[in-house]
Amino acid sequence: MAYGETPSQTVGPYFAYGLTAGQYAYDFTDIVDTTIAGPDAEGEHIRITGRVLDGNGDVVNDAMIEIWQADANGAYAENPVDVASSGFRGLGRCGTGTDAQNRFYFDTVKPGVVADGTAPFVNVIVFMRGMLVHAFTRFYFDDEAALNAKDDILQSVPADRRDTLIAKRVETRTGVEYRIDIHMQGDAETVFFDV
Amino acid sequence: MSTFKPRDWGSHAPFIVPGYKSTILRGPTRAPLAIKSGLTEGTGPRFAPASVRKLDFDLTKNGITNGEPLGERIVVHGKVMDTDGRPQPDILVEVWQANAAGRYVHKVDQHDAPLDPNFRGSGRCMTDANGNYVFYTIKPGAYPWGNHFNAWRPNHIHLSLFGPGFATRLVTQMYFPGDPLLDLDPIFLGTEDAAARERLIAKFSIEKTEEGFALGYQFDIVLRGRNATPMEN
Repeated sequence: MAYGETPSQTVGPYFAYGLTAGQYAYDFTDIVDTTIAGPDAEGEHIRITGRVLDGNGDVVNDAMIEIWQADANGAYAENPVDVASSGFRGLGRCGTGTDAQNRFYFDTVKPGVVADGTAPFVNVIVFMRGMLVHAFTRFYFDDEAALNAKDDILQSVPADRRDTLIAKRVETRTGVEYRIDIHMQGDAETVFFDV
Repeated sequence: MSTFKPRDWGSHAPFIVPGYKSTILRGPTRAPLAIKSGLTEGTGPRFAPASVRKLDFDLTKNGITNGEPLGERIVVHGKVMDTDGRPQPDILVEVWQANAAGRYVHKVDQHDAPLDPNFRGSGRCMTDANGNYVFYTIKPGAYPWGNHFNAWRPNHIHLSLFGPGFATRLVTQMYFPGDPLLDLDPIFLGTEDAAARERLIAKFSIEKTEEGFALGYQFDIVLRGRNATPMEN
């Protein structure tokens, strides 16, 4: 017997104390937070930051971003026991409401290559009030030009829109940061995927 | 590992629903680009049962400071399955909601209804080996929102699940049967298919109702199914 999918609904403006409680200083634990890889995880440690911008170009302060990525060797952390031992959980979640500039930020390691013919990337989900269905996108890395040129999915994106998916490497006083903004609409509208 | 069937867009709202004003500037305007599902979509986070603490599933207890929370106690039961009816075990279910007066604990909620010092309104549970979950809570109240004149959200509980893979990620809302606000709510009505909307409404269950304690509701959740053939790599 076939069953119909349960429809998606918005996270609304008040998800913080349910999904990101610790980050917003509510009295509840976080089951996932902005640390995708702890200090002991293998690989190059990086921070990913960016903003979410609406159709007016205004910064969204009540969005929630989730990231799912492979570790430095290109493997996904599917086993909770492995996660505890490696310090790499692969999953991150950040609300944009507590950072002074309403950015999302993740402390992680640069992912390895998952399969031949693909470039390193992180998978991203965007939630917010005003979205009845979350949107999937990806972040690639601007210092991986050779691999990016061979990545089937990136190359399937119209050339003039590929830049919306490529995070820019910046050396900061605190370490390596990759920066990318998510544009919900407009000329620079981020490419979203039907996965 | 196998890949998941494409999302059934007929069961979901479009990105832009003009009656729900916030979608107008926030929903993507271009159709999402279809991609072949691979490892990254077919895998997903797993949560250990130990990551859910003892009282996390009981919202009537996990926010107590000096007494019982006010309102109507309910117990919500459900089965998480896929579109082929296969139960989904060990799935994390995160929930959050307003209190009985229709007020969220959230700092930005300006609704002039009382906070309840004994109710936080957030919790989590996991499905068992047969895909079943259960949590106790207080029936949430309706509350006004600024979408249009005299706009009120129907009573609802937010639920968040990853399912077995990142591609099956779902955030939804459970509504209550017979709520007169449902026919007026642009968020509920954003799902255009009437049969799909029905899947957002819990069923009252006298069998799940606990004598002298809490009314029972059944809310089953259906996630995308898997493709019949495993992926190549």
